Amino acid sequence: MTGTSDAVLHSAPGALVLEHVTRRYPGNPDPSVDDLSLTIAPGELLALVGASGSGKTTTLRIAAGYETPDSGRVLLGDGAAAPRDITRESPQRRGFGMVFQHYALFPHMRVEENVAFGLEARGVRKADRLARAREALDAVGLSGKAERSVQALSGGEQQRVALARALVIQPRVLLLDEPLSNLDPTLRQSMRDELRFTLRQSGVTALFVTHDQEDAFAVADRVAMLERGKLLQVGTPETLYHAPATRAVAEFVGRAALVPAERMGERVRITIDGVALDARARHEGVVGGSALFAVLRPESLVLSETDDVPSWRGVVVGRRFAGGHVVYRVTLGNGAEVEVMGDGAGAREGTRTGVRLADVPVAVVPA
Amino acid sequence: MILRRVRAAGWGVSATALGLLALLLWSVVYPNVAVIVGSFERGLADWKEFASSPADLDALRGTVIVAIGSVVAALLVGVPLAFLLTRTEFRGRRVLSGVATLPAALPPLVGVLAFLFLYGESGVVTRVVQRMLGMREPPWTLSGLTAVIFVHAYTMYVYVFLFVSAGLERYDTTLDEAATGLGASRALLLRRITLPLLTPSLAGAMLLVFMSALGSFSAPYVFGGGARVLSTQILVSKLNGALGLAYVETTVLAVTAVLALLLLRWLEGRRRYVMAGKGRITRSGLRSPVARALLPAFAAATVMLLVLPHAMVVLVSFARDGAWTTQLLPPEYTLDNYRQLAMDRELWRPITNSVWMSVLATAANAVVCFAIAYVVVLSQAPGRRMLALLAALPWAIPATAIALGLAATFDRNAPLQLRFLFVGTFWILPLAYFIRNIPIVTSAIEGSLRQMDPTLEDAARGLGASRWLALRRVVLPAARPGLVAGTMLAGVAAVGEFVASVVLYTHSNRPISVEILAQVRSLSFGTAAAYSVLLILLVLLITVGARWLEGRATQTEPTVNAA
Repeated sequence: MTGTSDAVLHSAPGALVLEHVTRRYPGNPDPSVDDLSLTIAPGELLALVGASGSGKTTTLRIAAGYETPDSGRVLLGDGAAAPRDITRESPQRRGFGMVFQHYALFPHMRVEENVAFGLEARGVRKADRLARAREALDAVGLSGKAERSVQALSGGEQQRVALARALVIQPRVLLLDEPLSNLDPTLRQSMRDELRFTLRQSGVTALFVTHDQEDAFAVADRVAMLERGKLLQVGTPETLYHAPATRAVAEFVGRAALVPAERMGERVRITIDGVALDARARHEGVVGGSALFAVLRPESLVLSETDDVPSWRGVVVGRRFAGGHVVYRVTLGNGAEVEVMGDGAGAREGTRTGVRLADVPVAVVPA
Repeated sequence: MILRRVRAAGWGVSATALGLLALLLWSVVYPNVAVIVGSFERGLADWKEFASSPADLDALRGTVIVAIGSVVAALLVGVPLAFLLTRTEFRGRRVLSGVATLPAALPPLVGVLAFLFLYGESGVVTRVVQRMLGMREPPWTLSGLTAVIFVHAYTMYVYVFLFVSAGLERYDTTLDEAATGLGASRALLLRRITLPLLTPSLAGAMLLVFMSALGSFSAPYVFGGGARVLSTQILVSKLNGALGLAYVETTVLAVTAVLALLLLRWLEGRRRYVMAGKGRITRSGLRSPVARALLPAFAAATVMLLVLPHAMVVLVSFARDGAWTTQLLPPEYTLDNYRQLAMDRELWRPITNSVWMSVLATAANAVVCFAIAYVVVLSQAPGRRMLALLAALPWAIPATAIALGLAATFDRNAPLQLRFLFVGTFWILPLAYFIRNIPIVTSAIEGSLRQMDPTLEDAARGLGASRWLALRRVVLPAARPGLVAGTMLAGVAAVGEFVASVVLYTHSNRPISVEILAQVRSLSFGTAAAYSVLLILLVLLITVGARWLEGRATQTEPTVNAA
């Protein structure tokens, strides 16, 4: 992004900017968040992903105001020429909505009282706030449950109450901390779509923390990946999948085998067991000559039954039906294990097979 | 939450349950029924006398005032201290939290004694203030209901402090974060979120303070002055030979206690929530520089205030009897008080008495209460609900009432009426201690057994273990933490017991507490304090012993826990 467009973006209402944010905890030599800079455009859904301990929750808490960074700034665009510095503003004053990992629903209040609490804090009259709470509950499909106790709700319903409670105050920014992690797998699938739909409808700027890459890809417009407090890459799900910037991103996102490779101009050469195969290289950023890894995804490989074309030899050690296709696990001659997408015809466990590159560009990352 | 799957009881368990039920009916219910029956022995005459006696109505009023006043005072001290120590970081916090529960370690009468030495008319603090202000008379007199409430505030705030601290430790702080994030001010947060969620803890603590204050005897006995409360009035009536009136007073006191118990239990049960998140304590520093500067000073002053009674008792135990008259502090110090205790068999006797009687009572508590807890939690024996209720009953009945019930029932040998002559013998006190401590030991063991996955016992039996082997190798280890904690508390309570003792003792089995009072009465403060120090040491010994046992248990036994 260029400087000018950055400035416009920063000051647009609802834009949230983290600028060189660092946070250390006493007794821990490594910073939890390390010089992190990130811009979330107005109305954008950005997911922060990373393994546990990567600093994503700390980043979220800094954005929310529950933590103050040791250095760096948090800025909020509010339509003025320059964005406002809110680094030291208390959570009460920020006017953000937050959905907590365990939802943090007030157990002694009914559903509607929970949703109306933010309005109560803003001095909205009781009748008005309950009416607005019911509207918010309608929007998340919980019309009939306003008078229930929150403890009588299922996990999915609690999640929706938490969302309604955060949205009813019309927050400038919505922050979500692992909002799907407490749901069982089937429910989780449908809640992903529902969450994205609701957030899109409200048009709110949202920062969403998850350790689950599938959640991030299903809900977010862009995904930022953290490792040990540092930002590794930020981009659309497609970018992260097809053009990972580092090994860590490639390994975290989707299934991939990373094998050593050489750069040959626009192409990449992978040599296994003395058999060298070429493919188009995808990533432009990597300088030739440096040590590289090719990112072999199941769809970038095919099984090869004939000996006419050069292929790597291996043994099928496993197969998994995955809806429209079958994924084979193949151990190659050099011991590397790759996953290969196929149609399910032939190739049982224990049979020998050939593996070659499909006609798709292959991503490469620095070793 | 574990779904309890309890198998139908075999005849062995059923017989045990019936035996326990009979034991509790005999020891807990029978004496109290005897008191109620006794109150009607002269028809309604004693009741009429009670209703028309200004002293008795005064005592009833005094009892209620002391109970409510103590609750309010304990809340005022305990709640802020709990919040301060669990939520804030400041210099001196560790020391303060280390001594915050110290008042609970003072046996009831010893605490009262310490207050006498400190704040009584010729107490150290009183004299310091008097001299500083250049007054002729002491600035205050430590007597009347206010004095009683003052002493209670010191000894009973600990319940509030402990309950609220525990509540705050379990408290899911993300709820507070959620509320502030939604824009709630501090006041709104406290009013709408924090306090409502702490209601169970607060109600539990209030109940405990209320019940303790209602039955409290030592403080009104020593500091009451002209003011009356029922628990002391009962003893007065008994000593005056007005037994019928004493029975009426006892009945009124017990009924008040049970009503209060039901009311507060109802309040406590109405609000009970499961905190979903992980309880997490985050202590924050203070923002205001004024508070930051003042807090350590406040902490130091509070620590002083809390340690002072203990220090005073120790100091006075080295004072020569009779030498301390008008001076600020005792003028002469000596080891004689201790030497005398050790040399004189008559003086040493209360100590062996207390130790023996509490050992016997506590051993009986361990066996009987384990059996009760086992039947209540892990079996489906007939009458187990009744058993649970009866085991909790002595807690609701003030000690004076229990003692009077025993005095009324076991004053003659009439085996056909199941009455035996215990009054005037050694056995009456261990029996009283045993009864008083049934609730605490039973509930501690029940707590541990409820955490055990009940399928473990089934698993052991399925592997071919006999009921006895399963009990010994599976149930007993699971019950162990509660058993150790419960018997420890019972031992501590028994060794320093005063209220029931003073009603029931005879010269030959007089316990330490009664002897302390006798020494105070004869103005031998040094000797009284020396006894008190020995009592505190005994309490310490029991506590440390239990900790050691508990530590060994957790090292050798794998924790038996439900998933």
